[in-house]
Amino acid sequence: MPAAAVSAGQIAIDAAYLVTGICFILGLKFLSHPQTARNGNRISMLGMAIALVATGFLLDWSSAWWVVAIGLGGGALVGIYSARAVKMTAMPQMVALFNGAGGGAAAMVAAAEFLHLNPGGSALSWDQSLPIILSTVIGAISFTGSIIAFLKLQELITGRPLTYPGQQFVNGLIALAVVGGAALTIANVDTVPAYFVALGAAALLGILFVLPIGGADMPVIISLLNSFTGLAAAMTGFVLGNNVLIISGALVGASGTFLTMLMSKAMNRSIANVLFGAFGKVVAGAGGAVPGATGAIREATVDDVATMLAYAKQVIIVPGYGMAVAQAQHSVRELETQLEKRGVEVKYAIHPVAGRMPGHMNVLLAEANVPYTSLYDMDDINPEFPRTDVALVIGANDVTNPAARTVASSPIYGMPILDVDKAHNVVVLKRSMKPGFAGIDNPLYELPNTVMLFGDAKASVDLLVSAVKAL
Amino acid sequence: MSAHLLTELTVFILAVFVGFEVISKVPTTLHTPLMSATNAIHGIVLVGALLVAVVASPKLGPVLSVAVVFLASLNVFGGYVVTERMLSMFKPRETPTPRDGAKR
Repeated sequence: MPAAAVSAGQIAIDAAYLVTGICFILGLKFLSHPQTARNGNRISMLGMAIALVATGFLLDWSSAWWVVAIGLGGGALVGIYSARAVKMTAMPQMVALFNGAGGGAAAMVAAAEFLHLNPGGSALSWDQSLPIILSTVIGAISFTGSIIAFLKLQELITGRPLTYPGQQFVNGLIALAVVGGAALTIANVDTVPAYFVALGAAALLGILFVLPIGGADMPVIISLLNSFTGLAAAMTGFVLGNNVLIISGALVGASGTFLTMLMSKAMNRSIANVLFGAFGKVVAGAGGAVPGATGAIREATVDDVATMLAYAKQVIIVPGYGMAVAQAQHSVRELETQLEKRGVEVKYAIHPVAGRMPGHMNVLLAEANVPYTSLYDMDDINPEFPRTDVALVIGANDVTNPAARTVASSPIYGMPILDVDKAHNVVVLKRSMKPGFAGIDNPLYELPNTVMLFGDAKASVDLLVSAVKAL
Repeated sequence: MSAHLLTELTVFILAVFVGFEVISKVPTTLHTPLMSATNAIHGIVLVGALLVAVVASPKLGPVLSVAVVFLASLNVFGGYVVTERMLSMFKPRETPTPRDGAKR
């Protein structure tokens, strides 16, 4: 479009979009501290409102107002209702679902633009077709991938990796179909069929690439899908020539990529290994050359553990996904309160990949009113374990496995872990002796300073609370 | 490559760098709200959805028009409300306990 044709109205709208971009950047900047984060989110909301109002001036209200009424109104109602109703423990799947919705919308916008520009298969220039195909493919992968992630996290389908022989080969073929369809679309060869091959194959690939991902790897996948939707939105911006979409999409793409890299680093694995490794499927062979592992486990009673905790100087609580599943965060908070009443110093050690999404444990504990100042990152808390009387492990497993430090043959060898084994005493709350998600034995349980307390995490913590009260 | 595309690419790449810069300052304790906040931000695709669906000659049929606006709207409103809910829970230690007071 020639620059001279830009009207004053369009300039005002573009200026409003610029303000939106600034609001989003400031909103994210304010997230750098818990105290300012809420204002950040409101600035970001304001930016979104400005963009929507500005867009309102470009719309044809007379013919299509009902699309806004039903689509936008309905989306708002369902979105607000489900966001309010969802339990904090179900947050990862909620985020996955909203993420998928955005990805699907991006792909549909690109498809609409494609069919509009190319009704009878006439030629598109590559700088039109490339962003269209990228937005379509990335958006479609994000849409179906997020839905599978949602189903897995909601346990509507198994959270275990689903694998079959030749899986990589099949996925490779589908990926090839995506690339082939995209290339033919850009080269203007049978454009419409080629476009739909790319779209369909991408949707299928989204399903198939998330299916083999185990629950413990979900933080990486959720981050990756988040980044995909961001990129798809940015590409849609290229398609529509809309800067606010480009800026916002780029911000989200960068954020998702950053978190993806952080999560895979916290597991000492490459993104490729997470995507193609089907971790948790392979059961590890020899468990144990961890020094001091006795080969036997010791079970403790509730009273033993309560006494140990109540007379400790410092206790570090190590929560994991098991705490989320049992919804034990409020009971854990109550235990903390009881111990603090007795003068025990209580801290929480949070591993970056504990749970099913980045920062999952922090949100659950915040829900239970644990101040964020009591939550410590791995690097900050690890030096504390040697001078800690009791490390209380609640539903965490692989992130505490000392085999990651010492056993070179272990699948998690080299993964940074919480050094709970260095505490004077370790108490592990666990449902049963089943291995963790990675399917690996944990020699921590066989150390002489470790005792086990079996049972549902919430039930066990509740018992501990009453036992400590009774002391 | 058109000058137009080059300008858009410039905006995109600079925004990626800004994104990395800003996000790397977010503490790990806020990573879930960060994810959900960025989730809401990519709901900006709602602008794109409106621009293809609610115009004089819509580029999608009526059902798909409603569907694309619905999905994007779900993303925006759900994303912001969930983020707001999460952030309202993060509190510092409210009242210093007597023990803390004694140390000071």
